[in-house]
Amino acid sequence: MAIKSDNSTINRLEQLLNLDVSPYTDKIIAEYIWIGGSGIDVRSKSRTIPRPVEHPSELPKWNYDGSSTGQAPGEDSEVILYPQAIFKDPFRGGNNILVICDAYTPQGEPIPTNKRHKAAEIFSNPKVQAEVPWYGIEQEYTLLQTNVKWPLGWPTGGYPGPQGPYYCGAGADKSFGRDISDAHYKACLYAGINISGTNGEVMPGQWEYQVGPSVGIEAGDHIWASRYILERITEQAGVVLSLDPKPIEGDWNGAGCHTNYSTKSMREDGGFEVIKKAILNLSLRHVDHISAYGEGNERRLTGKHETASIDTFSWGVANRGCSIRVGRDTEKNGKGYLEDRRPASNMDPYVVTGLLAETTLLWEPTLEAEALAAQKLALKV
Amino acid sequence: MSLLTDLINLNLSESGTEKIIAEYIWIGGSGMDIRSKARTLPGPVSDPSKLPKWNYDGSSTGQAPGEDSEVILYPQAIFRDPFRRGKNILVICDAYTPAGEPIPTNKRHNAAKIFSHPDVTSEEPWYGIEQEYTLLQKDINWPLGWPIGGFPGPQGPYYCGTGADKAYGRDIVDAHYKACIYAGINISGINGEVMPGQWEFQVGPSVGISAGDEVWAARYILERITEIAGVVVSFDPKPIQGDWNGAGAHTNYSTKSMRNDGGYEVIKKAIEKLKLKHKEHIAAYGEGNERRLTGKHETADIHTFSWGVANRGASVRVGRDTEKNGKGYFEDRRPASNMDPYVVTSMIAETTILLKP
Repeated sequence: MAIKSDNSTINRLEQLLNLDVSPYTDKIIAEYIWIGGSGIDVRSKSRTIPRPVEHPSELPKWNYDGSSTGQAPGEDSEVILYPQAIFKDPFRGGNNILVICDAYTPQGEPIPTNKRHKAAEIFSNPKVQAEVPWYGIEQEYTLLQTNVKWPLGWPTGGYPGPQGPYYCGAGADKSFGRDISDAHYKACLYAGINISGTNGEVMPGQWEYQVGPSVGIEAGDHIWASRYILERITEQAGVVLSLDPKPIEGDWNGAGCHTNYSTKSMREDGGFEVIKKAILNLSLRHVDHISAYGEGNERRLTGKHETASIDTFSWGVANRGCSIRVGRDTEKNGKGYLEDRRPASNMDPYVVTGLLAETTLLWEPTLEAEALAAQKLALKV
Repeated sequence: MSLLTDLINLNLSESGTEKIIAEYIWIGGSGMDIRSKARTLPGPVSDPSKLPKWNYDGSSTGQAPGEDSEVILYPQAIFRDPFRRGKNILVICDAYTPAGEPIPTNKRHNAAKIFSHPDVTSEEPWYGIEQEYTLLQKDINWPLGWPIGGFPGPQGPYYCGTGADKAYGRDIVDAHYKACIYAGINISGINGEVMPGQWEFQVGPSVGISAGDEVWAARYILERITEIAGVVVSFDPKPIQGDWNGAGAHTNYSTKSMRNDGGYEVIKKAIEKLKLKHKEHIAAYGEGNERRLTGKHETADIHTFSWGVANRGASVRVGRDTEKNGKGYFEDRRPASNMDPYVVTSMIAETTILLKP
């Protein structure tokens, strides 16, 4: 909620918010960020740290009231926060930081909603490390007007003109909320997040930004940090952020989180064959992946609006109606990466990136299953 | 507009003067209203004992009769002024009659006596105070962000939440955080609270009497910032009846013995002493606390004393780390948001260190 004073006192909050305290003290403010009980709600609180730090291991563990986030009972409410990744704080500036954390019981067990722990295990497997998995995640999101929860720029009680003019469009009748997207871009660059681009999306009021290429566990950390920054920016703008995969029913695009993926072998000569083998593995674990790719995805993956049907696995070059798309460049060069178009905008990047690595590098189908799938997909591996 | 801002931000030292402005701050007749006025001093001061005593009109604050209205201010603690900046200062004072007696609403005096008792000083009592407060829309006194004539969605998404539909008033909280750090207050953290429009900041660890000085200075700065923002700050312990959390001032406490090996036994003994004095403490822990301590909404019932590890429904909570390490601190969850920190901190020290059962 943006605060505006309507008494005659001059508004001097700006000066205090931007106060640079570093001439007076070494102390810094660390905003500890974690994921709450729904798996998609981001929570945070801050603490003073005696001096600037370089590495998460220098930061103290902390705890929070898990009974207030649906993650612990009242009589045993402490949940422990382990700092995992540091970013510069674009809101407080100076030496202040944002800290991405994951959550554990006092005994040191990851709590059920802690998906980072398992992903970190997968990414430290030597087979996975040797393949240096890269991820480029395309986070789509929708902006909603605050009190009515109707998309930004849409007339109250009605609909805008049909999709067509809005994708990458400019103009007051085509682009709604660009300031949020642009502020977010710079804030993420400042923070040290590996944000690689932004664009206006097909549905008016919908936007996308991309993070990557990130190696292994960083992909998840950077996405969660960027989501937190986006929620803070929309909070300032008085607009609501929605990561729902199908915010408006009907002839309107949903919101996804396409995940581009490659391994060392895929990026080297002969990589296209490795990619096809990976696609084969993915086709055999379609149901496992889909169930972990975000709540409500069945409303989005209909086979229309540039999606593949949720029940069928398919792949193709340059085909946006498939589960997996391979770029024309990759086909031409014989090496490159693949794009998994199935994840929803509300997916957990730790889960998705970990699963992709697990299925393509650590899991092996039986020979018959492999042969059958190869036939079905017309893949010679 | 811009001319006024320029004037407020004038850097006095540019004019070649050594003069500074000192804002003398004291607690008024209700025990909860903060008052202040400013005076010019010839040069910078860092030691409160070097500041002149002053006086104010006690008949205008319910603290003296009209025919004998002067109340004397004794400077006790200095902080940097985040509003005037430069070398200007805020001064926390307490109030005395011209004859040198503390007036009845002066709770600092008695606390200072307790904290200078040799048994207490040798135990180096530390305090970490979690001050909760609610922001209200001006003129209608309904919580910030709540629809007029209605209620927001039920509690759940707001604790430490972000987003325009979950966090109301963050700019105030963040501005307050930096202002307190600048002022030299030992502010250790902030977070959004369970009820929407409610926030918390923590001050500590502070030793002895400085805990009270720092909390009052932080409250003053918060009231000045909400004044700028056009929003009202409420320290009422149960601002909205119904299924909405109240506001407390949980007080974390430890002594030297509790922080050393074997401290857990000392803690348990201290908690037993607190149990014996439950009624006396509760009576001094804030007006209206009975509306808040119901046994629901993460509180313990006001009539019963209980304690537990990691238990937010108890009067006193001991952290898991303390239990595991065999030493540490405990949290008295009973004080209300409108408690007087001088009273609470000194009472806890008195009961746990000076009381012989």
